[in-house]
Amino acid sequence: MTKISSEWSRRNFLRGALATGALVLPGSTVLAGCATSGGGQEQTEGEATDDNPLGVPTDSTLEIYIFNGGFGDAYATDVHQPMFKKKYPNAKIDHNAEVDIAGALQSRFVAGNPPDFVNDSGDGQIPLGQLVSDKQLYDLTDLYDAPSWDDPNVKVRDTLVPGAVESGVFGDAPYVMHMALTVYGLWYNKTLFDEHGWTTPTTWDEMTALCGEIKKAGIAPWTYQGVHARYMNWPLLTMAAKLGGPEVLTAIDNLEPGAWGHEAVKESANALAGLQKSGFILDGTVGMDHIQAQGAWSEGKAAFVPCGSWLESEQADVTPEGFEIAFMPEPLLSQDSAMSAETVRAQAGEPYIVPAQAKNPRGGLEYMRIMLSQEGARGFTEKVSSLTVVKGAADGVELPRGLTSAQQGLQAAGDDVLTWMYPTWYKDMENPGINSHTGELMAGRISVDEWVAGCEAEAKKVREDDSITKYTR
Amino acid sequence: MSVIDVAPRAEARGAPRRPKPGPALQHGKVGFVLAFLAVPVVIYGLFVLSPYVQAIYISLTDWSGLTASQTFVGFDNYVRLFEDDQFWVALKNNVILMLVVPVVTLALGLFFASMINVGRRGKSGIEGVRGSKVYRVVYFFPLVLSMAVIGVLFKYVFAPTEAGGIFNGLLGLVGLDGLTQPWLGDPRFAFWCVVVVMIWAFVGFYVVLFSAAMQSIPKDIYEAALLDGSSRFTTFRHVTLPLVWDTVQVGWVYMAIQAMDGFALVHIMLGISGGPSRAGDVLGVALYRSAFNSYRFGYASAIGVVLLVLTLIISVLFMRAARRERVEL
Repeated sequence: MTKISSEWSRRNFLRGALATGALVLPGSTVLAGCATSGGGQEQTEGEATDDNPLGVPTDSTLEIYIFNGGFGDAYATDVHQPMFKKKYPNAKIDHNAEVDIAGALQSRFVAGNPPDFVNDSGDGQIPLGQLVSDKQLYDLTDLYDAPSWDDPNVKVRDTLVPGAVESGVFGDAPYVMHMALTVYGLWYNKTLFDEHGWTTPTTWDEMTALCGEIKKAGIAPWTYQGVHARYMNWPLLTMAAKLGGPEVLTAIDNLEPGAWGHEAVKESANALAGLQKSGFILDGTVGMDHIQAQGAWSEGKAAFVPCGSWLESEQADVTPEGFEIAFMPEPLLSQDSAMSAETVRAQAGEPYIVPAQAKNPRGGLEYMRIMLSQEGARGFTEKVSSLTVVKGAADGVELPRGLTSAQQGLQAAGDDVLTWMYPTWYKDMENPGINSHTGELMAGRISVDEWVAGCEAEAKKVREDDSITKYTR
Repeated sequence: MSVIDVAPRAEARGAPRRPKPGPALQHGKVGFVLAFLAVPVVIYGLFVLSPYVQAIYISLTDWSGLTASQTFVGFDNYVRLFEDDQFWVALKNNVILMLVVPVVTLALGLFFASMINVGRRGKSGIEGVRGSKVYRVVYFFPLVLSMAVIGVLFKYVFAPTEAGGIFNGLLGLVGLDGLTQPWLGDPRFAFWCVVVVMIWAFVGFYVVLFSAAMQSIPKDIYEAALLDGSSRFTTFRHVTLPLVWDTVQVGWVYMAIQAMDGFALVHIMLGISGGPSRAGDVLGVALYRSAFNSYRFGYASAIGVVLLVLTLIISVLFMRAARRERVEL
């Protein structure tokens, strides 16, 4: 070809375009690699000594991601990070506060260069179970077996409340450190109850009798978080376990067939579904979300709401003067119950992780050890108004009223503390799965038997799905 | 040389020959064409085609979205998808969105646009109804709001009375207390609330679009129709509609594709599970849920591929259905 004639026309143009396309296509397979492939980075480790039991590299950088949500990040920058810097003056801390954890870090997990310490929480939480089964998390056994910050003769695991380590165990090892201790139960306005001379019920019969009185006073006895009906699972399962013993919950967690059909679970479901039938639930609750329902409760339109101990701070902006928020454990379904009336559900929550591919995982572990020290935990409680899993760390700290009430409830329960794991292990099973069935039940659209069948189907779905890693306890 | 010489063309037409263009010119020409084409094609390939190819590949793997490696699983994700009841619920809702929303939106859009532009028979012939200038602006309001704002707004409009629901409040004001409902908490109504909001959000755009088309219709055609004693409806049916049909056709395809989405509104108004009884689910939300709630990116990509195929089919079908002889002015 020595000249361009009019032949330089559409045909050649297309040919050229195809050739360019041919250049792009092989390129795109390379790119297809980009979205799903990553490298990894070198890990540094220092020498373990008595003073530095976890072998923290003393002059490395520690990259930290804190979820900037309800707890903010001041507890990290004002309490834990100064403690770390004091001990390792040559180390650097790269602090990041993030609202959307998954948005910021998902691609870094894929690329193999995640940070050293992550507060994997909030709406953008990357499911912990998935991270574990993808082998993305660092085993925390060394942390819990290390000498505690305050007393070298006591291991870290022995400074924590029962169940704290277990709450982060997936399979055979702990992968998640839960810092906050959340107490679950029913919440009411003590001022209102005192005015009317109402006393908190300890049995379900007393509860229904009181609900009748409350209704007569022109107040709806109950509300719940409407479309997020899983909040109702909490009293439902707690009451079931109080009646039938904690094995009821173990069976559910282990996905045993028929676990949701246990008599105690059915009885509990029946009791709560009865609230709707008796007209004890605030009208329109079914169509509300948690903000609307809890808002109505704060306004005094409803007397009881089920929630965890974050409720007080969540409602702080809308709580009127003279509203004294108080906690009570769920009532017993029968006098002939397996557990005490004081039994409460307390769940270690607010997850912190060290990625398996972190550059400085030992620094991440040490940072956790600092958080779990008396000073670190007390600072956490003071900054975020939440109890922690560290024994005795909140003693003498002045807590807000509702939290004090919850703490008293927890103390009264003694060893009768329970919780369940399936929502942590199998996030999908809880929501949308069980959440939608409980929503149906509470709206009165399905019977208790249909609810049981629905929950059993959700458990079966997980049980029979080979792609989901199973855990037991 | 970097500019195109007209010489070759002239040469082809048999014009007097000039000195034969050398390789330098040819080189310059290729370079010129490449400079204009290669960059956009590469960018298009990189940011449009390659994600499609990647998504199709990912849909054939079990990728969780969190690892550097993934296993090829063939069509497992698609098998699982077609066996998933929730997928069919979502698909059914997408079909409803696709049929109801465009039809109602376009019909309302045409009606409002014709009222605003040619709705009145005034002294000076055909003109818009009284206050049409105001309406024209008002109909455009929803378009300045983002979908997220509209979703949050209507979540409160349809909230239960006890949570300050505006719609229930209005029903109460006109004495229709009996009709109040927890709209978004009832599987019978929740999804239709989204449909209504979607129509509300889109109709303004089509009023503007059709108004523009109607303004280009010569007034003398209307005068002729008026002199012939044609009624308002007949005028609309036989004059206005045929003359804006091209625009309606464009709007039709555009609307159908928009309605396939529905993600933002459903996600905000009904939540990630698809509302009460999960009855208001749409494919977009199912995709999002699989990817960012369950971290099954392989499965989510399979939904995405199905959505892509559906959208392509719908566009072709709608374009076929709307094909009609064009009226030349």
